[in-house]
Amino acid sequence: MIRVDEKGFYGKFGGAYIPEMLHPNIEELRENYESIMASPDFQQEFQMLLKDYVGRPTPLYYASRLSERHGAKIYLKREDLCHTGAHKVNNTIGQILLAKRLGKKRIIAETGAGQHGVATATVCALMGMECTVYMGELDIHRQRPNVERMKILGAKVVPATSGSKTLKDATNEAMRAWINNPVDTHYIIGSVVGPHPYPEMVALFQSVISEEIKWQLQEKEGRENPDAVIACVGGGSNAAGAFYHYYDVPEVRLIAAEAGGLGVHSGKSAATTALGTPGILHGSKTILMQTEDGQVIEPHSISAGLDYPGIGPVHAHLFDIGRGEFLAVEDEDAMKAGIELSRLEGIIPAIESAHALHALNMIEFKKDDIIVVNLSGRGDKDLETYIKWGGY
Amino acid sequence: MNRIQYLFNTKKERVLSIYFTAGFPHLEDTLPIMEAIQAGGADIIEIGVPYSDPIADGPTIQDSNQIALENGMSLKKLFEQLKGFRAKINLPVVLMGYLNPIIQYGMEEFCQKCKEVGIDGLILPDLPMQQYLDDYKEMFEKYDLFNTFLISPQTSEKRIREIDANSNGFIYMVSSHSITGAKSGISEEQVTYFERVKAMGLKNPRLIGFGISDAETFSTASQYSNGAIIGSAFIKKIKDSANLNADIQEYIKSVIQ
Repeated sequence: MIRVDEKGFYGKFGGAYIPEMLHPNIEELRENYESIMASPDFQQEFQMLLKDYVGRPTPLYYASRLSERHGAKIYLKREDLCHTGAHKVNNTIGQILLAKRLGKKRIIAETGAGQHGVATATVCALMGMECTVYMGELDIHRQRPNVERMKILGAKVVPATSGSKTLKDATNEAMRAWINNPVDTHYIIGSVVGPHPYPEMVALFQSVISEEIKWQLQEKEGRENPDAVIACVGGGSNAAGAFYHYYDVPEVRLIAAEAGGLGVHSGKSAATTALGTPGILHGSKTILMQTEDGQVIEPHSISAGLDYPGIGPVHAHLFDIGRGEFLAVEDEDAMKAGIELSRLEGIIPAIESAHALHALNMIEFKKDDIIVVNLSGRGDKDLETYIKWGGY
Repeated sequence: MNRIQYLFNTKKERVLSIYFTAGFPHLEDTLPIMEAIQAGGADIIEIGVPYSDPIADGPTIQDSNQIALENGMSLKKLFEQLKGFRAKINLPVVLMGYLNPIIQYGMEEFCQKCKEVGIDGLILPDLPMQQYLDDYKEMFEKYDLFNTFLISPQTSEKRIREIDANSNGFIYMVSSHSITGAKSGISEEQVTYFERVKAMGLKNPRLIGFGISDAETFSTASQYSNGAIIGSAFIKKIKDSANLNADIQEYIKSVIQ
């Protein structure tokens, strides 16, 4: 079984390596998240919002022209159709309902590309809670539209000016802000990273993705299990959600597309499993990109959402035990896959999701194989990157 | 006898610990800074091992970490510099560092090296107590390294008792819920917390850190504990110092008066 153990580990990875100042907050979460999530009152509100606010279930769409091109039966799980344009909102809805029940008044979050920041600002507006989002100064300049979206929604956006001024540093700043305001504040982490119980909690909120794939595939194909599920991995929340109910079904291949950047060995890459080694980042033991001396290395990806030097501990475990197949997809190939989907199916994908689409060119399958690609987000936010790249 | 234990056996009040980041402001300043801290009259030297992502530290110490790394500091380099320092330094010396660089170095090799050069204790802010007990306690004891835990105003009485039972050397009281260098001065609320912990009658001495910067805050903190730790304020003092030795001694003397 691939589940978190009592101490917060997936095999060798996970745990809660946090300063003592955060211990009460993490303990409070750890002791309460399962019972709150299981309570009928929580479930009722959560399910209602997923349905009427987020727009779930999202379609499982048979992409016939893409299938023809690649020679397999390809389904797209349309998380790009979620309110706010990506899967991120599944988690922020869940966590804000949890925060309310824990009596919290303020919400903080980190964001890279701004998708999680927007999803957090959205649910804070919905619940009337104060919201502060930490974002790398560099990303603030790169992702202007999302910064403005957050501000329109009433959130305060605080630039992280330390280190490389990107997602890693925004996460550091959010953790520091939590240390400074531990009593009334909940930190909504956006991926399956951070100290236990975050990786499992976020995965549970995202697990609705594979829950739906199962019954939708049953309806369409008369079987719950595809031959493979493909998802992109930065921290890995959409992948964790798409894989969750297939972890323990070994005949379903779990394929994770990491950002190869300009090439795995170019020095400009975010292919964590290819380049990383075990270590501790943002409160959990995982695989991360680091120097021999244990200093964290700045990654590179054309996609801000995959521009992270680590991966969630559950993915480190899937990699470690060989349950997941990890591929490095380079910037150029991801962009081309994004254009291919646009031309064949009329769907412009987020560049993160385009990494998962290129994986179709990297794996071998048989003609009748059923492949589900998790289309985690839509490409609107990436228009500027598409334009700058220009290859269409 | 461990030097930390010896210190607290002989001095119970107004113990002053000074923190600095190894490799800051310049790569080769480590030993000169240690000598100046000793000559100035402080009681404990706390050396920070620089890290790219110090999540419990505020901007001042973050910057010093960044500069130290750019200067080329690493654990390997630090241990080279510390070789033979015991010929000149009698004070207890504590290493403060985040886990990742230490794990990459190898925890056992790290402990062995600490013992070899003459380190007395460790402060590892992202090593939780349970992990310490499960994985490292035996190892630290084997190399006679005292482990210091932090407590904050949020730490429950039950947890403080557990920490006290599992600590040796001293307990590091974070004076408010904050990262280092975030706040200065001591508020009434903090005094209530200091008094509450004082009244618990813990077996370990307590040093108060975060927000201590001068004679006044040092004296106030010392009323409620065995002394205090100065970090960010010290880093600020040495940042642009043209004469480290004189400036450090003058600063420490002004604090302990």
